[in-house]
Amino acid sequence: MSNELVPSKDGALERAAQESIPVSNTGPASLGKQSQGFGVTFATMFKKVNTEQYPEEKVPTAPRFHGRHQLNRYPDGLERCIGCELCAWACPADAIYVEGASNTEDGRFSPGERFGRVYQINYLRCIFCGLCIEACPTRALTMTNEYELADDGREKLIYEKQDLLAPLMPGMVAPPHAMFPGTDDGDYYRGEVTTAHPSQGEQV
Amino acid sequence: MNEVQQLLGNDPGWLTLVKALIVFVFAVLMTLMSIWGERRIVARMQMRLGPNRTGPFGLVQGLADGVKLALKEDIIPKAADAVVFVLAPIIAATTCFMAFAVIPMTGKVTLFGHETTMQLTDLPVGVLYILAIASVGVYGIVLAGWSSGSTYPLLGGLRSSAQVISYEVAMGLSLVAVFLYAGSMSTSDIIEAQNKIWYAIVLFPSFIIYVISMVGETNRAPFDLAEAEGELVGGFHTEYSSLKFALFFLAEYVNIITVSALATTLFLGGYHALPGLTFTESWLGGYFTFFWFLAKVLAFLFFFIWLRGTLPRLRYDQFMKFGWKVLIPASLVWIMVVSTLRVFSLQGTSRAYVLAFVVGAILLGLGGTSVYDRTKKRKAGEVTALVYEAPDFAVPQIPMSVSTFVVPSAAASKESASE
Repeated sequence: MSNELVPSKDGALERAAQESIPVSNTGPASLGKQSQGFGVTFATMFKKVNTEQYPEEKVPTAPRFHGRHQLNRYPDGLERCIGCELCAWACPADAIYVEGASNTEDGRFSPGERFGRVYQINYLRCIFCGLCIEACPTRALTMTNEYELADDGREKLIYEKQDLLAPLMPGMVAPPHAMFPGTDDGDYYRGEVTTAHPSQGEQV
Repeated sequence: MNEVQQLLGNDPGWLTLVKALIVFVFAVLMTLMSIWGERRIVARMQMRLGPNRTGPFGLVQGLADGVKLALKEDIIPKAADAVVFVLAPIIAATTCFMAFAVIPMTGKVTLFGHETTMQLTDLPVGVLYILAIASVGVYGIVLAGWSSGSTYPLLGGLRSSAQVISYEVAMGLSLVAVFLYAGSMSTSDIIEAQNKIWYAIVLFPSFIIYVISMVGETNRAPFDLAEAEGELVGGFHTEYSSLKFALFFLAEYVNIITVSALATTLFLGGYHALPGLTFTESWLGGYFTFFWFLAKVLAFLFFFIWLRGTLPRLRYDQFMKFGWKVLIPASLVWIMVVSTLRVFSLQGTSRAYVLAFVVGAILLGLGGTSVYDRTKKRKAGEVTALVYEAPDFAVPQIPMSVSTFVVPSAAASKESASE
């Protein structure tokens, strides 16, 4: 018995055996017990089925389902994305490509200094983990519940900025346009800009 | 020669051909429908819907599958024995249809102006003929396994043949009691002999044994060891594709229908109506009896599906043990009891003797099983005592808390490496 396996701690085996669930069903089950299964399967036939008839009936996802991304806007229509690339850096699948650029007085897309000029998400790589959403400092990037992302070409699954941007809601003005008069990017960030000013352009 | 045999003997040749066609169409249609029905019912038992896209309620799913199989590439492996490889599915598919020839599907009816019954032929040894045909059908499986030139099919074929042969013994023995009571092996005679009461009631143990062995005979769950996916890939038909595979598929389902129809004929009164509803037998010029036949066969088919939905697959040794050590001895004893009772009743022995014999047989049976149980328990006790002695080779103990164990040999090799 020289090569027997011995636990190094005293009584480890006994304690582990006590902590585990005791086995009660030793020995073969009686015929009655064994045939209970027939009742189970028979009764199950009349239960409600779990199958979803998917293309015809679409069952809503869980409210926080990780679906397609969305690039959000401020209430006046300016983009929230500042082109910081934190999402791209956070992405474990290397699915996001961002190129930032500076806002100018004639071409302003976001409040403050910079905006995301190129924004691509490659849905062939994306694993929908949501780390990009956690990384985003301005809450520009969030996820929708949309899950129908199948397509018939690789290039079609690289979503560009225009595919990802949130639609313009009533009261918004399509960028580029100036910031709300008398505000800075801090006001935008704190949520003090709630709508577009007539001077910013024609509202949608 | 009984009435049915005389009726069938007067059939003109063309009527026999028509009936052969009807039998064929019935078997194929039932196959298509039972594939669909099986998938739907098993799905329901698992809280799914099952195929419901092809046609209304997915009814033509079986047909769609068949067409798909026909359009697939037909592969004959290089290592296969080509002639036998092609022959095997043909054997399997033809024999299963042949067995159906002696099954009576209706009572007396008029077909194209001829008085006849919906039964292709009626042999004086009809049931023996079915058993013989079923045995030939095994050749299809064995040859398929052997000629594939591959390991798993060979194992599957061996398993399947061993299984069918073992369970055919029990099946044959369970039928002996029916022969003894009916005094005939002709299917129509056996049905007529059940006019008063079904053999499923009179010969209940035979019925049970037949039902169990018919599941074994058709290689169906929980006895589907021949095509145990987890162990043998597809079993004997692993190397088959396209129409040849479809033939095996067809043969399996036609076999199920045949054994169900045989069970209906031998134990459930065949095409006769349920007790108390005999007036329905004259409806539609006698064709309504087909409804009763169909209803009984469908009940068996449902039973097959129910079994598949409920029971897990048996291990091979359990399966063989059950067949040889339980079913066959049980049916042998039962046949002895039946034949003794039969002799008593034919000789007109007084009731007291018969009663004494029955009680004695029951007591003997109970005593035997209790002795068997006790020895089994005693043996089980001995075995457990042995198991818990520590073996002299290294095995991880239960529960395995890996981090606290040191494997001496590994430790020693580490030391030697560091030196």
